Amino acid sequence: MTEIFALVEHRQGKIREITYEILGCGERLAKEKGGSLTAILLGFEVKELAEEMAMRTPRVLVVEDEKLKDFNSLYYQKVLSSLFSKYQPLLLLMGHTAYGMELAPSLSVELDLPLATDCIGLSFEGERMKVLRSIYGGKVMAHMTLKEAKGYMVTLRPGTFAPKPLEEKKGGIMIEPSPLQEVTDRKRFLQYIEAPVSGEDISQAEILVSVGQGIGGPEHLPMFEELAKILGGTISCSRPVVDRNWLPKERQVGISGKTVKPKIYIAVGISGAFQHVTAIKGAETIIAINKDPRAPIFSVADYGIVDDFQKVIPLLKEKIKGMMGGV
Amino acid sequence: MKIIVCVKRVPKTAEADLFIEKEGKDIKKDNLVFALNDWDGYAIREAVRIREDYGGEVIALTVGPEDSKEVLTRCLAMGVDRALRIEEPPAIDALLIAKILARAIQDHSFDLILTGVQTEDDGWGQVGVALAQLLGIPHASIVNRIEIENGKGKVKRELEGGLEELLEVKLPALFTIQTGINEPKYVSLAAILEAEEKEMREIGLEELGLTSKEPLYAILERVSFPPAGKMAEILKGTPEEVVTQLSEIIKKKKG
Ligand SMILES: Cc1cc2nc3c(=O)[nH]c(=O)nc-3n(C[C@H](O)[C@H](O)[C@H](O)COP(=O)(O)OP(=O)(O)OC[C@H]3O[C@@H](n4cnc5c(N)ncnc54)[C@H](O)[C@@H]3O)c2cc1C
Ligand SMILES: Nc1ncnc2c1ncn2[C@@H]1O[C@H](COP(=O)(O)O)[C@@H](O)[C@H]1O
Repeated sequence: MTEIFALVEHRQGKIREITYEILGCGERLAKEKGGSLTAILLGFEVKELAEEMAMRTPRVLVVEDEKLKDFNSLYYQKVLSSLFSKYQPLLLLMGHTAYGMELAPSLSVELDLPLATDCIGLSFEGERMKVLRSIYGGKVMAHMTLKEAKGYMVTLRPGTFAPKPLEEKKGGIMIEPSPLQEVTDRKRFLQYIEAPVSGEDISQAEILVSVGQGIGGPEHLPMFEELAKILGGTISCSRPVVDRNWLPKERQVGISGKTVKPKIYIAVGISGAFQHVTAIKGAETIIAINKDPRAPIFSVADYGIVDDFQKVIPLLKEKIKGMMGGV
Repeated sequence: MKIIVCVKRVPKTAEADLFIEKEGKDIKKDNLVFALNDWDGYAIREAVRIREDYGGEVIALTVGPEDSKEVLTRCLAMGVDRALRIEEPPAIDALLIAKILARAIQDHSFDLILTGVQTEDDGWGQVGVALAQLLGIPHASIVNRIEIENGKGKVKRELEGGLEELLEVKLPALFTIQTGINEPKYVSLAAILEAEEKEMREIGLEELGLTSKEPLYAILERVSFPPAGKMAEILKGTPEEVVTQLSEIIKKKKG
C-alpha cells in the first residue's frame, strides 16, 4: 500500500503549526492514492506530543532518543533514512521551514530521491509527482514534474495548505527503536537564544504602518512615522529594512520577526513574500500601496493603491490630518 | 582559511513588468536588470570579513552564462581574491547546480564554503545544503553569525519568530548565509578597477567530466502567472480621489 510520511515539527515541547498543514496535504494525497498517512515524530520524552498527533492522524510513528531532544539535522537524517529503507514510503513531506531547509536537501542527496522545495501545490499524475512552485518573488508560478523514482520528497510553503482537522477516532502510536548509536561532534546543538524583549511591541499594535525595501532609503522614514502618529499607530517593516539598519529588529514583521494582528495593516513598498505575509494573516484589514500592480501583496490585501508612495503618502497624511481634526 | 563562496546572477523582478516567453518555459529576460543574488552578497562580505581576521583566500564560484562574469567582477571588487565561472547546461535544477559545484570543489582543499540561504529567482533554498551532503561535510543553514575557533564554526541559526539557536560545526563545513549577517560595505572605484586585474577563470562542463545533458530531478513543464483569485479592491481615480477613498476606509475600519 502507498505510504505517505509527514514529518512532525516541534520545538521546545510544542507542535508547530506547519505540522497540521503538512498532515492536511498528506491526508488529501493519501486519499487520492488510496494509501495511508503516517506522522513521523522524532524526539525525546515526547509521549504527550505523540498523543496529540494521534488525534490528527491514523498512525503515528515515534522514535525516541536523547540525541533527538533538540533538532540536529545529522541525527534526524540518520533516523529518517533508516525509516525510509524500512518502510519505503512513496512520499515524505516536511515544511519549508528552519527544519525542512536544514534537513531535506541533504537527506534527498543521501537517499538519491527527487526533492521539490517550497511547494504551493502538489498532486500525483499516475506515478509521477507534479508540483507547483512560486518563483521570481511570487510573481510567476512554475509547473514542474519530478523525475520518476521509487520515492519523492517535498517541502511545503507554510501558510498555504489547509490544516488537518481532528480525527474522529484516535490513531495508533507505534514506537520504533532508535537506530542512533554514536554521538557526533560534527554538528552539535549548544543552546537556544530567545528574542530579546525590548522596545516597541508591534504584536499588540492596533494600527501598523509597515514599510518595505520599496521606500528606497531611511531618508523617507519620517513621513511614515508622521503618518503612524496621526493615525495613532505604530511603524513596522519587512526584513530588508532591518537588514539595512533603517529600523531596529523589534519592528520586523514576518516568520523571523513578529506575528501581528492589528485592525489595520498598511503595507507600503512591500512585495508580499510568504515569509512576510504569513505573519499578517490575523490583520482585520490589509491595505497595500505598491507601484507594481502584479506585486503579490495585492493578493492578500483587502484594498490596494497602485502608485508611487511618494505621491500617495503626503496626500494621505494631509487628508487624515484634516479628518481627525488636525491632531 | 580557504573560503569558497557560491554566487548566482539573478534578474531583479520586484518592480519589473514581466512577460512569459513563447515556449512558456520562462519569463522574458532581455529587458531585466541583473545583479548579484542578495543573499550571496552577504555571503561574500562575510567571507571577506573572516579572511580579514584569519588570513587566507576567498574564491567566488558561479554556474552561469557568459554574462555571469559581471557578478564575479563585483565579487572581486568586494574583496574576493579570485573567481571561477562554470558554463551552465541548458536545462538545470537545484540538484544539478549542486552536483556541478561539488565536482568543481571536490578535488581542492578548503575550510569553509558559504552560499546564500536562497536565490531571489528560483528560491529553492536547496543548493547549499545539497552541496554539503555531496561533499560529505557538515552544514548549518540560515546562519546569521559565524565565529571561528579551534577548527570549529560556532554559528547562530535563525529558527522562527525571533528564536535562534547556537550550533558548533566542525570545519570544513558549509553555511548558508542569511541577510543581515553583516553590514553592507561601500565598494570604492579603486576596488572596482583593482578587480579587473584579479584572476577570473572560465571552464566548461567537460572539464569537470560532465556533459550538457545531465539528468534532471525536477523538470520544468511551463510557467504561468498566478491566477487572479482573491484580489484586493484596487482604488481607482486621481491620486486625490484615491486618497479620499482610502481615508474613508481607514476611518471606518479604525472604529
Ligand atoms: C529564512 C527566511 C526568513 C525570512 N523572514 C522574513 C521576515 O520575517 N519578514 C520579511 O519581511 N521577510 C523575510 N524574509 C525575506 C523575504 O523572503 C523577502 O525577501 C522580503 O520580505 C522582501 O522585502 P520587501 O517586500 O520589503 O522587498 P522587495 O521584495 O524588494 O519589494 C519591494 C516592493 O516595493 C515596491 N516599490 C518600489 N518602489 C516603490 C515606490 N516608489 N512606491 C511604491 N512601491 C514601491 C516594489 O514594487 C516591490 O513590490 C525571509 C527570508 C528567508 C529566506
Ligand atoms: N548557478 C549557481 N551558481 C553558483 N551558486 C549557486 C547557483 N545557484 C544557487 N547557488 C548558491 O546556492 C544558494 C541557494 O540557492 P537556491 O537553492 O537556488 O535557493 C544561492 O544563494 C547561491 O549561493
